[in-house]
Amino acid sequence: MAVRKLPLAKALNESLRKALETDPKVLIMGEDVGKLGGVFRVTDGLQKDFGEDRVIDTPLAESGIVGTAIGLALRGYRPVVEIQFDGFVFPAYDQIVTQLAKMHARALGTVKLPVVIRIPYGGGIGAVEHHSESPEALFAHVAGLKVVSPSTSSDAYWMLQQAIQSDDPVIFFEPKRRYWDKGEVDTEAIPGELHKARTVREGSDLTLAAYGPMVKLCLEAAAVAAEEGRSVEVVDLRSMSPIDFDTIQASVEKTRRLVVVHEAPVFYGSGAEIAARITERCFYHLEAPVLRVGGYHAPYPPARLEEEYLPGLDRVLDAVDRSLAY
Amino acid sequence: MTVEGTAARKPRRSSKRTSASANKAPGAPGTEPTLEPQLVQLLTPEGERVQHPEYDLDLSPEELRGLYRDMVLTRRFDAEATSLQRQGELGLWASLLGQEAAQIGSGRALRDDDYVFPTYREHGVAWCRGVDPANLLGMFRGVNHGGWDPNSNNFHLYTIVIGSQTLHATGYAMGVAKDGADSAVIAYFGDGASSQGDVAESFTFSAVYNAPVVFFCQNNQWAISEPTEKQTRVPLYQRAQGFGFPGVRVDGNDVLACLAVTRAALERARRGEGPTLVEAFTYRMGAHTTSDDPTRYRLDDERAAWEAKDPILRLRTYLEKQGHADAAYFEQLEAESEALGKRVREAVRAMPDPDHMAMFDHVYADGHALVDEERAQFAAYQASFADGEVK
Repeated sequence: MAVRKLPLAKALNESLRKALETDPKVLIMGEDVGKLGGVFRVTDGLQKDFGEDRVIDTPLAESGIVGTAIGLALRGYRPVVEIQFDGFVFPAYDQIVTQLAKMHARALGTVKLPVVIRIPYGGGIGAVEHHSESPEALFAHVAGLKVVSPSTSSDAYWMLQQAIQSDDPVIFFEPKRRYWDKGEVDTEAIPGELHKARTVREGSDLTLAAYGPMVKLCLEAAAVAAEEGRSVEVVDLRSMSPIDFDTIQASVEKTRRLVVVHEAPVFYGSGAEIAARITERCFYHLEAPVLRVGGYHAPYPPARLEEEYLPGLDRVLDAVDRSLAY
Repeated sequence: MTVEGTAARKPRRSSKRTSASANKAPGAPGTEPTLEPQLVQLLTPEGERVQHPEYDLDLSPEELRGLYRDMVLTRRFDAEATSLQRQGELGLWASLLGQEAAQIGSGRALRDDDYVFPTYREHGVAWCRGVDPANLLGMFRGVNHGGWDPNSNNFHLYTIVIGSQTLHATGYAMGVAKDGADSAVIAYFGDGASSQGDVAESFTFSAVYNAPVVFFCQNNQWAISEPTEKQTRVPLYQRAQGFGFPGVRVDGNDVLACLAVTRAALERARRGEGPTLVEAFTYRMGAHTTSDDPTRYRLDDERAAWEAKDPILRLRTYLEKQGHADAAYFEQLEAESEALGKRVREAVRAMPDPDHMAMFDHVYADGHALVDEERAQFAAYQASFADGEVK
């Protein structure tokens, strides 16, 4: 059976397994990815089947993990690195931004850096500090990196395949609160392009654009809006670098209104970039300014406050109302 | 604001630095008892060949002349680059003056299939790897950020951010081990870099995975203005012990000792015995870079003390005493040096500025929609000028 219903985390696991089977140069590296199978079990069973030489439990040092992954890539390997949690990536930020992102250009294209950095990200799971952040804009801002985030099990499976096959470094943000959501995965399908957005619900009055964990929320918001007689289109961006502006533009030219939703803080967030570019592209089509819904300019709050911090159904619908009121 | 004048130019440090603290007697004031090491030395500053119980080296006169020639040509190239900076042809230059033996000795210990991860000062190692010296100057002229193919000489790009490349070397060495190859990897860094977390992490990773890598630390005593005692309380080679692999201090101005010690460390790596830290005890005779002014922080007599230990002079003395080289040889080498200087000078002056569109090249291997869009916008902007040239 090629089509199965899998939780998102299991789809990632199957995708990694497939990559290890298909390409002997693929390596898995990270903290606790071996016997434990990763703190979210995304690498469950892989070390048992592929050995310690290919599924590598690393010292607890993120810069070391990414720095050695760079060296392995220079030797011809395709390392898939797991950073345990979003807030733990910063010790590796220098290696990612200063070295990984720029090395292909510095070498005038003579070396390739096919490194995938998987980062479980986002909140909503009641975690302690540094376990709920959404730092995607900090990576999308850097030339040389590609940044993607799946929202479904099928995308989790296929986008990870494509990220591993890419000759560019890819930061792969996994919506950790959706790890346990089940969805159909067709492992024999022909996948779409990695960096192409997808319209996941058609509508005519307003476009909601989101990625990763917020796609499901936006679909829920669109369903509620429909009960109130409003036809809301939902675009799953899937890729934050590059961003498929053509698909957003086509949607906004139809609906004339755009609300961008992400967990990350609004200030300097990807919504700002989308708002600016869509305003340039669709100035004469827009009936309302592009609105953004996201986190606040405050450190990610303690778990008991995160429901207030994170975009929820009401905040998205409030933005829909405000946009339609213009 | 401090006015730059006589007072400001005085070195700030009142306590006089010994030129070679390694030579202090154990227990001498200011040293940790029993911690001060012996340098591995095979050729004294006076040009006397001495034996070492652990490191043997048997070189033919031709090989000895080869090392001498490498050092002389490297120094000549380096001097030319400094001049080119002074003449405005380069934006910056990081001179290796004084470190020729450390670089040529270690560089000539390598096999072709070994891989080098340099800092930005490894011009002598680049020479050993067969990288065209003129190619090294592109980044200092501002026409590229490196610009050579690392795989054509197994010599990675110069790394500017201090210490980062030690992790790349370690990862590369982990890959070598996975491939079952018997190549080795060498990571260059300095005394300043020894404080970087990445260097400590590379020690950890290489030890844990038993990676075939040699950490070659050129302790040239100065990290821009900061002396080694601002980086460490123990001799740097002793850091290795805490990570579980051997460390050795070698006379970094002795090309024979650097060759022998590096060769042994590389062989150890090839045998699957893991990493070694080599601390080459040397001295940065010049400024950190052409933008630096060492008179603000160090004393002239320190430099003078190191001048007496010059790496090139001692080998010349030895070659002459042994009758391995005559006046005609040195004259011929002098002519070759001048020819190299001339060739480099001409190559730099002829180096074209990059094409305007070059900044969009190679940002990604598989392309990126935004880069394509901005490239097209910039091309259209350029084309909007009547003569097609951006002013």
